[in-house]
Amino acid sequence: MATPAPPRWDRKMQQRLARGEEAALGELYDRYASLVHSLAHRVLDDDEAANHITREVFGFLWENPDAYDPRRGSLRSWIAALTQRRAVQRLRHAENRGRSSQDEIEAKVREANTAARADFIVTSMPAPLRDALELAYFRRRDYRQTAADLGVTEDEARRRLRLGLQLLSTAMAPAAPAGLDGWQR
Amino acid sequence: MTAGTTGPGPDRGRLPPYDHSTLKSLLGAWALAACSREESLAVEVHLTDCASCADEALRLRDAVGLLHQEETLDLDPLLRSRVLSGCLDRRPARIPVPEWAGPYDAESARLDALLRDLGDGYWDAPVELRWYEDKRVAREVSVAQVIGHLCAVDGLVASALGLPIDELPFDPAQRTESYWATARNVPGAPLRARWREQSQTLVRTVSFAGHGTAGLDVGYGAFTLPLRDAFLDRAFECWIHAWDIAEAVDYPYDPPAPRNLNRMIDLAARMLPTAIAGRRRAGLTASPARLTAAGSPGRSVHLEVEGQGGGNWYIALDSPGAPATAEEAVAHVALDSVEFCQLAAGHLEPERIAVGQDGDRDVIRDVLFAAASLSRL
Repeated sequence: MATPAPPRWDRKMQQRLARGEEAALGELYDRYASLVHSLAHRVLDDDEAANHITREVFGFLWENPDAYDPRRGSLRSWIAALTQRRAVQRLRHAENRGRSSQDEIEAKVREANTAARADFIVTSMPAPLRDALELAYFRRRDYRQTAADLGVTEDEARRRLRLGLQLLSTAMAPAAPAGLDGWQR
Repeated sequence: MTAGTTGPGPDRGRLPPYDHSTLKSLLGAWALAACSREESLAVEVHLTDCASCADEALRLRDAVGLLHQEETLDLDPLLRSRVLSGCLDRRPARIPVPEWAGPYDAESARLDALLRDLGDGYWDAPVELRWYEDKRVAREVSVAQVIGHLCAVDGLVASALGLPIDELPFDPAQRTESYWATARNVPGAPLRARWREQSQTLVRTVSFAGHGTAGLDVGYGAFTLPLRDAFLDRAFECWIHAWDIAEAVDYPYDPPAPRNLNRMIDLAARMLPTAIAGRRRAGLTASPARLTAAGSPGRSVHLEVEGQGGGNWYIALDSPGAPATAEEAVAHVALDSVEFCQLAAGHLEPERIAVGQDGDRDVIRDVLFAAASLSRL
């Protein structure tokens, strides 16, 4: 998953896009395409639809490089927010044409928003926390084994697991957590 | 309950004493079912008494439900060119990437994505590099060394563009050996970053420099290539070595997009007359040369490359300078596009390759061997 770039990289990228540099567009894609595609896929659960959102997001940024303001946050979280917005719009649109009731649609949209926020949080959290969660959840290691695998104390392993889940739980907040719908760093 | 046990619950008496802060610190591990049975039990008992921990425990349990196995959804490699060309339709680039640098841009991005998918656990995995020097040659190196090799030889292009590079020999093989020697202790991740940064710099530099640079000479030691062809050569090497890596770690890797593949085949086809002449001088050919008057067409071979990226080429047999025409064709050879590339990369032996042939067999043999001789470390 894309690692956050330093703020200087974001500013420089925006200037290069504004200048119309094709090579910059390629670099932007290489850094963020997997983030955009996986978030869109998480919301829409469809590969073709996620491809479509990927085209839309990069097309929008290439056409409107000034829509991003580097002073207000990182390019990465801005792109994630844009992706989530576009994907949820598409989901709502598709559901509206189906036979779901308004309540069902809203529930689905809420769930998709939470899932996308959770994915973004996981990919954005400090690597030590993510690594601990990865070991404990996906590899089914207990916290003592996790501590040994990471070369940290058992106290530290417990701390990382708890903190990681606390961060993740902010995805469920009814109001948008910092850094997501608003796009502060 | 046996006599002598104290405490209200059946198990409570046997639990070691956990204080509030320890129990609280266990909440994450508990929610993930990553603590001992005893600890779980202690937490659960505590939750019935402590509202603040119970509240947090519930939240963390729900958070676990949001964890989600990141599907190994590798991006469709063809999506990149679709997305980029869609963007360029909406707003044309003011500083475009020269067309001849496109395949290198695409292939280096594809290899970088492969390395990202593989992660840092594979740098020492063994990879067999193969090429052809009158016979099959193979050498086992690591994934990191393959990237070092690409970085070292890409440096020749950087040098031609006046970019600062390491002072190493110009011959690609010697250059690679020196690079491996100096970068022996560089871990894979920074090596990848170095290679990727250089490849992005190359694309950016030629974009700004524009088409005027297309004809600049790039020195490879024993020969030179014009910059536009050197970029194709590097794209080809990047694909072939990415394929080597993918094969070594049992990962799928597709051929380049047909348009890019076609340009790479075209470069190999254009290099064939010189390769044939060189082999003839060295006494390695089966068919004799015929003298042709300067400017008049000599004999040719019709090379038909089938499949995606394929096409038809006429290869001059008697002199690299002579124009090659369909009228003078003395033989026709047909083979698959990816197999032709494997031949030119030294991955398939000329004796073993499946070809359709028609006409002078000796001439066809010379063309196939010359194609294999294009390969190098």
